Amino acid sequence: MAAASVIEARELSLTFETADGPVYALSKVNLTVHDGDFVSFIGPSGCGKTTLLRVIADLEQASEGAITVNGMTPEEARRQRAYGYVFQAPALYPWRTIERNVALPLEIMGFGATERAERIARNLDLVNLRGFEKKFPWQLSGGMQQRVSIARALAFDPKLMLMDEPFGALDEIVRDKLNQQLLELWARTRKTVVFVTHSIPEAVFLSNRIVVMSPRPGRIIDVIETNFPKDRTLDIRETPEFLKVAHRVREGLRQGHSYED
Amino acid sequence: MIAALRHKRFAAIGLLALSGLLLWLMAHLVTARPGILFWIGVLVLWALVWIGNDALSGIRTSSPLTTRLRNLAVPAIFGLTLLLLWQLAVKGFGIPLVLLPAPSDIWSKLITSLPTLAADFVQTFLRAVLPGWALGSLAGFLVAVLCDAWGFLRRGLLPLGNLFAALPIVGVAPIMVMWFGFDWHSKVAVVVVMTFFPMLVNTVAGLQAAGHLERDLMRSYGASWFDTLVKLRLPAAMPFIFNALKINSTLALIGAIVAEFFGTPIVGMGFRISTEVGRLGLDMVWAEIAVAAIAGSAFYGIIALIERVVTFWHPSYRSRKDP
Repeated sequence: MAAASVIEARELSLTFETADGPVYALSKVNLTVHDGDFVSFIGPSGCGKTTLLRVIADLEQASEGAITVNGMTPEEARRQRAYGYVFQAPALYPWRTIERNVALPLEIMGFGATERAERIARNLDLVNLRGFEKKFPWQLSGGMQQRVSIARALAFDPKLMLMDEPFGALDEIVRDKLNQQLLELWARTRKTVVFVTHSIPEAVFLSNRIVVMSPRPGRIIDVIETNFPKDRTLDIRETPEFLKVAHRVREGLRQGHSYED
Repeated sequence: MIAALRHKRFAAIGLLALSGLLLWLMAHLVTARPGILFWIGVLVLWALVWIGNDALSGIRTSSPLTTRLRNLAVPAIFGLTLLLLWQLAVKGFGIPLVLLPAPSDIWSKLITSLPTLAADFVQTFLRAVLPGWALGSLAGFLVAVLCDAWGFLRRGLLPLGNLFAALPIVGVAPIMVMWFGFDWHSKVAVVVVMTFFPMLVNTVAGLQAAGHLERDLMRSYGASWFDTLVKLRLPAAMPFIFNALKINSTLALIGAIVAEFFGTPIVGMGFRISTEVGRLGLDMVWAEIAVAAIAGSAFYGIIALIERVVTFWHPSYRSRKDP
């Protein structure tokens, strides 16, 4: 299966100049993400996983190396609305109802009213939030708000989803449920997903490739392929194969840390 | 338990009504220099009203309507008590009108001078305060948006705006009268100068108020500066903008009244205050002050009401219930 590559990073480095001297957020990162991949970046805080995602999204610019998104520079890709981004917090606009929050990217990208209504209905369905159209964000629980933000990112149907610890602030029960829903969504829509997390079970359960990262300087220390069935459920987390992969991720994370502890 | 509560509630209201009525009667009947017993009676009744009002403010209400009524009654009773004590003190101690007129004197002056007061209100409030407030606030808002679009304007104009704000109104007003004439035009100009800066700084601050994630979101959509302004940054700035509108409502009233001290046709609240002080007609001065206070509070209140509607989403207003 030689799918086309969506993201190509070669010797990518990013250094922040701060008052206390340079911070090496990313150092010589090489990465290829193929069409239809579900790739997770996992690592402790400060390992550059969020920074790498933000570079892909053109919310941050690399200082060295090359990166392409859909064969373009990240800026061109952003201007062509190549990706949907889901942040750590829902970042819904409190003065807009749920449906108008989902409509936000559609308004900006110039979709007509009937097209908007159809896409709002379809994507709120996808995240099981029908019937909440007229509510305001602050009337919903944290998990529901994050699902709205996923519906909003899906609304304009980007091929690429960039998700930055979207479930990090949620409790474990809600997180499990959303993980299952996200996996089903991925299997159904055939999108490419790049997912940042610091939860090992989450990364192993969701991804077909796990990128293990380590801090100071932020770099990739291991890339693990998994091949669990596409229709897997949360029960898979008890199986030996799952635990084996999780163990390898944990080993990688431990190696990354060893020389400084 | 409920019976006891009800009992307490009636006791509080009964106490209030009785002591309030007696206090009102005393204020009505008082003549100069009453005896010490009279003053003791006043103090006792005042204490009773105080206790009654305290009990009223503490009782638990059963419905939103009674809560509302109670929340209105407590300050109203407080204010009325103050007026009664004012009346009693002025009449009882025989304080001359020039020093402090009694509320009854101010009231009778007010209702006998309604046409004059109305003309003054039209001249000062409708012709100077409102247009000046609207123009000054609008100008401050537009300049703030321009400052936001061009960074050099923010660096160049904001310090100048600061200078503007520091201009003393008693210095500006005569100059504006020279420039724009004696009538309301010069008062509008003074109000514009006073209200411009608060709106400028508040809007500039408000436009920075949107969060980083919300801005990144707009960037990820490849949204234009204008889209980001209209769909994110202006809504997020609304609490700041309404703050400025409220601050400006009181500034505008002060500015227009003070500006009339420096030249005006023979009508206007500031004109009336300055000439009546000269003629020792202090009851008229107080009547104008009463009109200004009522108009100013109503103006402020209306803006605050609109604010609640526009910024319903703000944490200080919103509830988990449906709006």
